[in-house]
Amino acid sequence: MQDTINFLFVGVGGQGILTASDIAAGVGLEGGYQAKKSEVHGFSQRGGVVESHVRWGEDVGSPTAEKGTVDFLIALEVMESARWIDWLRAGGAVLINRQRIAPMTVTAGDAVYPSEEEILEVVKGRTEDVSWVDGLAIAKEVGDTRMTNTVILGALSTRLEVEPEVWLRVIERRVPPRYAEMNRRAFEEGRRAVG
Amino acid sequence: MKNTDSSSSKQRLLSGNEAIALGAWEAGVRYAAAYPGTPSTEILPALAGYAGVTAEWASNEKVALDAVIGASFAGGRALAAMKHVGVNVASDSLMSLSYTGVGAGLVLVSADDPGAFSSQNEQDNRHYARFGKFPCLEPSDSQEAKDYTAFGFDLSERFDTPVMVRSTTRLSHSKSPVLVSMPDAGREPVPLAPFERKPQKYVMIPAYARMRHPEVEARMEALADYAETCPLNRIEWGDKGVGIVTDGMAYHYAREIFDGFSFLKLGMVYPLPERMIREFAAQVDRLVVVEELDPFIEEQVRAWGLDVVGKDVFPRTGELTLGRVREGARAAGFPVGETPREPASVATLRIPQRPPALCPGCPHRSVYFNLRKLKLLVSGDIGCYAIGVLPPFEEMDMLVSMGASIGMAHGAKQAGCPDDIVATIGDSTFFHTGLPELASTIYNEGNTCTMILDNRTTAMTGGQNHPGTGVTLQGETTRQIDIEAVVRAMGVEDLWVVDAMDVEGVEHAIREAVAVEGRPSVVLVNGECVFVPGFERRPVAMVDEEVCNGCGFCFRVGCPAILKSDEVDERSERPKAVIDPMLCTGCTVCLQVCPRGAIYEIESEEA
Ligand SMILES: Cc1ncc(C[n+]2csc(CCOP(=O)(O)OP(=O)(O)O)c2C)c(N)n1
Ligand code: SF4
Ligand code: SF4
Repeated sequence: MQDTINFLFVGVGGQGILTASDIAAGVGLEGGYQAKKSEVHGFSQRGGVVESHVRWGEDVGSPTAEKGTVDFLIALEVMESARWIDWLRAGGAVLINRQRIAPMTVTAGDAVYPSEEEILEVVKGRTEDVSWVDGLAIAKEVGDTRMTNTVILGALSTRLEVEPEVWLRVIERRVPPRYAEMNRRAFEEGRRAVG
Repeated sequence: MKNTDSSSSKQRLLSGNEAIALGAWEAGVRYAAAYPGTPSTEILPALAGYAGVTAEWASNEKVALDAVIGASFAGGRALAAMKHVGVNVASDSLMSLSYTGVGAGLVLVSADDPGAFSSQNEQDNRHYARFGKFPCLEPSDSQEAKDYTAFGFDLSERFDTPVMVRSTTRLSHSKSPVLVSMPDAGREPVPLAPFERKPQKYVMIPAYARMRHPEVEARMEALADYAETCPLNRIEWGDKGVGIVTDGMAYHYAREIFDGFSFLKLGMVYPLPERMIREFAAQVDRLVVVEELDPFIEEQVRAWGLDVVGKDVFPRTGELTLGRVREGARAAGFPVGETPREPASVATLRIPQRPPALCPGCPHRSVYFNLRKLKLLVSGDIGCYAIGVLPPFEEMDMLVSMGASIGMAHGAKQAGCPDDIVATIGDSTFFHTGLPELASTIYNEGNTCTMILDNRTTAMTGGQNHPGTGVTLQGETTRQIDIEAVVRAMGVEDLWVVDAMDVEGVEHAIREAVAVEGRPSVVLVNGECVFVPGFERRPVAMVDEEVCNGCGFCFRVGCPAILKSDEVDERSERPKAVIDPMLCTGCTVCLQVCPRGAIYEIESEEA
């Protein structure tokens, strides 16, 4: 159970976290690991925080990682990287999609969206390994903002041993055929973005 | 999902709920019914996708279980699925079903919600097995969810008993690999045995019930015996310094934290295998029970005189996690290793919360906006509209269980409460338990106003159909029950029917309905949830920066599409409003409340 790779995907309802983490789990399984994933969905469609755990390993028990043992924290929204940072193990990797979604508390003026510096300070308290990806911007260039998560998965894939082809195979299985090509491009662009 | 080889065994990632459905199908289930409820909701849609099963949404959990009982008596294997509190609704039938036993196998899936992620409480439904005297199986991953469900049908028939399969949010909504061995071509047709008339077994008049009770007790004895050899209970020997008895998801947490020690994993948590547990206890130095929520196993083990570490160190409330199991284990002095937490980040950043809000375009918005404006007491119910208790509305005074809004409002008035009280209830909840509640208020000439918020779906749980939508679980057209006609037929004359998007119209209706004296009134608010298929967006709303003076009135409708602009009004020094055109559905509610007429609609070029 030592060699488990723990991922935590975080973001906001509607960002497609569940699909992204589904794909990551599928890649683990297809890449020869045992894989589990776990999320809690309830109020999420109405703008709440969404978290999804994915674990790869030889023998994965709990579908959720222990706080402080996450190897990869993938924040699809900027501020969420700071909210969940305690879950990361010291020195783990953080991947942040440069997209800010202001919660109602901020838009209503009751709270302030922290600055990038403030967020980074919190994140850096845990790790120096922080990568920013302009997922939304890249997805727009590729042709559809819905490709954001595929860009991020592309970036993530560069940090793992599983072959890119396996990722692409799993992604293609999850998306409608007419979007297969666009997803492939988004994935490649994501790999380049951190390469 | 595309699967290229058609009949091989294949590992697939399935959620606990999908696995339960698959297990039931493989076991030859003929009929399944459910009322939606997180985290059980996805079981029925998954079953509906298989050939040879009749799967239905029932109007509530008792109705679902009743239909399943009938199917079982008629000789068809049947499954009912519900969330933990749904079992409360179904419990009247459940307790006597234990007496009648079954015809063909009957499985009741109870999906509990430790942590109350989306529930009104976190009750532990293993107690129902003990209370009602039937076995309870508890899978810990999707493979087991499939296998135990299938096993449950055999067990049900072998011991003539209902079988509860207990899931939890964590299991239902986790995905783990399942070996799928069924040929994709489908299963063999399942024959139906002819109905056997056995009134002394199936008709629970007192005389027959008294005769059945000893049978129930005998069955429990036989089941307790069987538990000793039940293949779902297993021992995994390791270091005998510590022996951990555990069940469900807790097993995985315990196994990771108590790495290398000995485990007794209970797949059947009721009745317990007493001899097996005693023998296990005798061979280990210290006995531990790791279980979520109540000390259900622990109390029984203690009653046998065994010394055990349990809820003295592990929490009774909330979901277990690896971290919480580690903390408990350390508190009891077990050698389980440090918590891997580093010193918390020094930064003191306050990260803004993301409280849930009604969606842009939500039909409930005008209702709570007006209720707040009129400062009425509100007896609430369960559904998206429960968000009405949060800012900016903060307009709900009680909420207990489904359907209760109407009865609570009635009781408050009958007790002499001088204030006007409005009950708010959704359409799905109205069919669930609202109907008898309203009947009682009408019958007793209660003086409450009931607002039925008909958004044409069960939105809270993800948009399921119900008797008022005219569409079945399979998406086929069916008879639609007209709420207005029902309310009129029940004798309500003081009835207002309003469009949810007409803010003033809603206000008027409430004012008039509340003014009715000496008898109940009803306001039926019509407006589709934005997730109802075919929901049409209208031209989006825009704020005219020249006209907006930052009064902030539109923020009171609590729409996530209305943002504070960077522009500040010079005189008031307050930020002006700006609308996110990507989020706005063009419902016009904000436009109607803006006192300066600063908001207008525009035809967007694309959408
Ligand atoms: C006994 C019980 N069954 C199921 C649920 C889950 N649940 C919560 S609200 C709800 C129904 C909501 O539908 P509706 O009343 O139409 O309101 P909406 O969410 O559409 O606004 C359901 C099924 C529950 N909380 N309690
Ligand atoms: S899901 Fe539908 S009913 Fe629920 S808040 Fe959104 S629009 Fe309103
Ligand atoms: S019209 Fe106003 S209230 Fe309605 S969705 Fe758009 S911004 Fe929100």
